[in-house]
Amino acid sequence: MASAIAAATAPPTAAKHSVLLLRRANDYLAATLRARYRVLSFYDSAAPLPAFLAASAAALPEPPRAALVVGGGSIQIDATFLDAAPYLRCVVTTAAGLDHGDLAECARRGVLVAGAGEVFSTDVADHAVGLLIDVLRDVSAADRYVRRGLWPVQGDYPLGSKLGGKRVGIIGLGSIGSSIAKRLKALGCVIQYHSRRPKDTVSFKYFHDVISLATESDALIVACALNDQTRHIVNKEVLGALGKDGVVVNIAHGGNIDEAELISALREGKIAGAGLDVFEKEPVVPAEFFSMDNVVLTGHEAVFTTESGSDLCDLMIGNLEAFFDGRPLLTPVLPK
Amino acid sequence: METTASSTADESPLVLLVQPLFPEFAAALAGRYRFVLAADADPAAAAEARVLLVPGLAPVTAQHLARLPALELVVGTSAGVDHVDLDTCRNRGLSVTNAGPAFAVDSADYAVGLVVAVLRRVAAADAYVRRGRWAADGDYPLATKVSGKRVGIVGLGNIGSRVARRLAAFGCAVSYHSRSPKPSSPYTFVPALLDLAAGSDVLVLSCALTDETKHMVNREVMEALGKDGVLVNVGRGGLVDEPELVRCLRDGVLGGAGLDVYANEPAVPPELFGMDNVVLSDHRAVVTPESMRGVLEVITANLDAFFSGRPLVSPVQL
Repeated sequence: MASAIAAATAPPTAAKHSVLLLRRANDYLAATLRARYRVLSFYDSAAPLPAFLAASAAALPEPPRAALVVGGGSIQIDATFLDAAPYLRCVVTTAAGLDHGDLAECARRGVLVAGAGEVFSTDVADHAVGLLIDVLRDVSAADRYVRRGLWPVQGDYPLGSKLGGKRVGIIGLGSIGSSIAKRLKALGCVIQYHSRRPKDTVSFKYFHDVISLATESDALIVACALNDQTRHIVNKEVLGALGKDGVVVNIAHGGNIDEAELISALREGKIAGAGLDVFEKEPVVPAEFFSMDNVVLTGHEAVFTTESGSDLCDLMIGNLEAFFDGRPLLTPVLPK
Repeated sequence: METTASSTADESPLVLLVQPLFPEFAAALAGRYRFVLAADADPAAAAEARVLLVPGLAPVTAQHLARLPALELVVGTSAGVDHVDLDTCRNRGLSVTNAGPAFAVDSADYAVGLVVAVLRRVAAADAYVRRGRWAADGDYPLATKVSGKRVGIVGLGNIGSRVARRLAAFGCAVSYHSRSPKPSSPYTFVPALLDLAAGSDVLVLSCALTDETKHMVNREVMEALGKDGVLVNVGRGGLVDEPELVRCLRDGVLGGAGLDVYANEPAVPPELFGMDNVVLSDHRAVVTPESMRGVLEVITANLDAFFSGRPLVSPVQL
């Protein structure tokens, strides 16, 4: 798709714009970028970040006006960073957006920000629903059971729980939350949600706060951003409100759930199970989870499929192209 | 619910059982029917019995049926009734009922769970994380997208039609193969199974096991589905040539499989235990407490209908 477009419109070498690369790039991304831009790659330089940014100011033919970053990653696009790179006018991130504070700094300086749009949404939604079915119907647990040769010896694995009719509370009804809702509706679930503000375009029941949502839900799915308001949005109180037959699925950020409280709640039978793709200190996963049969664990892979990698690269290139051509960004986060 | 006092003047209709009822069923049906185990039936009961109830998947052979001259109805408690000698039933003009749609929703949900689990390697990733390998060895390899996959459904009945609707919501393109096209269905009908396999990334089996469908998924079909193709079976083990399936998975001829049923349950070919591209379950697709209550309702409805001369609720076409 975009690789054909890239080949057709790549500018001649002399006219290549400079771009800061502040993330590790896979082969496809690296090759596509180098074909079109003069790439200043932080991870290929030996310099510490401040020195790297200062040196980039002297890049030819011009300092890099755009940067590719991982929003919410190890390099903060904060005031210090932006002060050190005043030549930057556009930030393209592979996450849905940037940390709240970083966004404010960019807005203050008129720096454009492009996000990942909905590139990840379907894959994350597919995975979230897969985790919910798995937790309720014991797919992975039964797989382990059969592999251990226990079926002929111990008989059937215990009954799972029906999906149809379950009230599923989605925390955060952005493009991921909406994609999850669409799939769960087809599975016969009742959808309800909490987000900062109710959405006029949907008919699902809205809850002003997460505790009320949890009280009236059989399952909670966390699909919101991570910021000061949503850190530990699923806490001891919320887990208590969800109740002993409730399950929680997290495909958002480890920090959205109080992990220690989650472990206690599971250990004490205060909730029935969990499906987790993200953790507070990845790739470290608390060993307490490993012996729990009512928990499904995956290693932050909801966003990653072989196909989504190239979709994302194409989108990032598309945003860079739009910026350098003076056109509106394809997936703008700023300006809103 | 009345309890039956042991009385020689029991007026409840007689129902023979091929094997004992699940305790929940026995409790729910107590007092409404007079249950006698077929093997324990005295000559009078055997001569009189009009209904045979088949709990679970106990085989019902021509010999069993021959002992019951007054038999008119065989009541199954499962979705598939291939464990009943349907040829004999047809020849004698017997009616056979199955679980109807009672298990359809749960089977369809589980089929979808298996599709996602195989494509996205959920179970394998879970095992990987549990063994502490994420911190030690890095990310689990990339799995493949579910959305946009071409799904071929074999058998668009109660289960298949629900699988179709669910996977369509995931953004999959759905086609199907069945004995005859369903005009009311929005999905593409493909007359030949081999063509369906060739044009699909995922093949879901949700049809009955009959003489015609036995081993319908053979090496040719698996080759057509291909090295990136995935087979999901929530129908019957007998639909697939199981030794060939194991070979195709082992040799990379077929990309992966999600299996709820097998040729000789509960025996599962042990070569599958070491494969990361396979998800195994213990014939549990149908089973939740709610669906057990659902099938009880269907059984009760069929028995009531039969004994009061009304049409059966879930007759199987023989």
